[in-house]
Amino acid sequence: MSPELKNIALKDAPSSTDEFIKGLWRENPVFVQVIGMCPVLAVSNSAENALAMGLATAFVLVMSNVLISSLRNFIPKQVRIATYILIIATFVTMVDYAIQAISVDLHKSLGAFISLIVVNCMILSRAEAFASKNTVSKSAIDGLGMGFGFVFALFCLGSVREILGNGSIFGFPIFPESYQEWIIMILPAGGFFTLAFWLLIFNHYKLKKAKS
Amino acid sequence: MFSKTLHISTSPHIRKGVSTDTIMQNVVWAMMPVLIFAVFSFGINALLVIVTAVVSSVLTEHVLCKWSNKESTISDWSAVITGILLGLTLPPIFPLWMTFLGGVFSVAIGKFVFGGLGYNLFNPALVGRAFLQAAFPVAITTWQSAFLEGRFFSISSSVLAFPFAEPKVDSISGATPLSAFKFDHVMTDSSDLALGLISGSTGETSAVIIILGGIYLIARKMMNWRIPVSILSTVFVLSGILYLIDDTIYPSPLFMLFSGGLMLGAVFMATDMVGSPITPLGVVIYGFFIGLLVVVIRVWGGLPEGVMYAILLGNALTPQIDNFIRPRVYGTKKTKS
Repeated sequence: MSPELKNIALKDAPSSTDEFIKGLWRENPVFVQVIGMCPVLAVSNSAENALAMGLATAFVLVMSNVLISSLRNFIPKQVRIATYILIIATFVTMVDYAIQAISVDLHKSLGAFISLIVVNCMILSRAEAFASKNTVSKSAIDGLGMGFGFVFALFCLGSVREILGNGSIFGFPIFPESYQEWIIMILPAGGFFTLAFWLLIFNHYKLKKAKS
Repeated sequence: MFSKTLHISTSPHIRKGVSTDTIMQNVVWAMMPVLIFAVFSFGINALLVIVTAVVSSVLTEHVLCKWSNKESTISDWSAVITGILLGLTLPPIFPLWMTFLGGVFSVAIGKFVFGGLGYNLFNPALVGRAFLQAAFPVAITTWQSAFLEGRFFSISSSVLAFPFAEPKVDSISGATPLSAFKFDHVMTDSSDLALGLISGSTGETSAVIIILGGIYLIARKMMNWRIPVSILSTVFVLSGILYLIDDTIYPSPLFMLFSGGLMLGAVFMATDMVGSPITPLGVVIYGFFIGLLVVVIRVWGGLPEGVMYAILLGNALTPQIDNFIRPRVYGTKKTKS
């Protein structure tokens, strides 16, 4: 049994900071659980897109976690997944309209992936595995931790891809004019390479920690 | 008890003393004429590109082996071959820093992450080239004309571009026969193509010299002759049919055979022992598939050249072919795979 699993199995009443850190780092949805890969690979081609997508997902995650957790004693077990989807879809619609109101360009570049937050397996897995079994405050903290873990991961990918693929960060060029862009990095293939690279770093770090 | 002089072992009992590095060395020898011709026709630029590709491949292999606490495997010559093949597929005025990156990528992502020699799914050199093609589409399609004046003394500024900087093209660039055909409908003479008096990637120009290298390897039984023969005959027959249908739109079969990287790919890359099927029938299917893809991409695709993608897809299909063509074990019934 790895130390992480032991930690989860043994803990009785984890503190709220622990719940937060869990999502951000130890059980990071992208780098450790490797779930919700569709938006991670598709819209992380620039730091701005990645950050917007991450924040939108985090908002939906926190809100749906809170609502599902507060309704957990009323939702019949047989129709729980349908109910979760309905609740998640409500918040996704709110986010969709909000992004459209803030920036039409951003809405265009994120495209269908905003609506696809509904079927992001990370949100559904937190609802099923955590919010439906825990108190509202705990679920909110769990949602925040996981949400910011997702934002962090997306930003890691998006910034690397934008720096290499476009020579800029948040649209500001950071290299001299003569910089040669690596076009592959803003193509889908670059998403896979960058994700693999970050997973390598995380697993290397984890192994090192487990050894010592 | 057994006596010490009696050895009990399973077959094979008679072995030829050919090891991996002997075969690899022979492949290097077979590629030498291609290398020499590349330097002869494109000058010092081609030499620099090929040397850089070899150095970066070998260096990457060595460093990665040391990092993973393994014995360095550079002495089996496979990294050298990867480097030479990568260099031969690049344009002669390709920037050295990109070449270096391609070599690192070839060995690290194309070979090492799969577990080293013998475990790689794809031909490492082509993985590196595919990466470079996707990353730097402009630089990799900027060609130098062959047999320029003073090619042995002047180095193109594009080759010496500062790392991470955009290359500036100064020398006279020439379109390859395939892109000339694709975009301007200009046919190049078949004898020029066969002899290699054309522009193109460093090593793909002279079909005759590549065939000589292939014949050497086949004669030494270090290459499966069915692979190049099936690829080339598929391309010849398919493009022949198209040419007979309408010779104004479709290129002649000889042009298809001798242009672009088809010869180099069919002889030196598709025959990679790791990435090609094992059985004779499987090899023929593999060759047919590659040949078909080459014709389809060249004739109807958006790119002028498709040998690289055809071989990579052929590599990807290899495990499936091996699975379907699995011979029946003597004395057993045919099993459904």
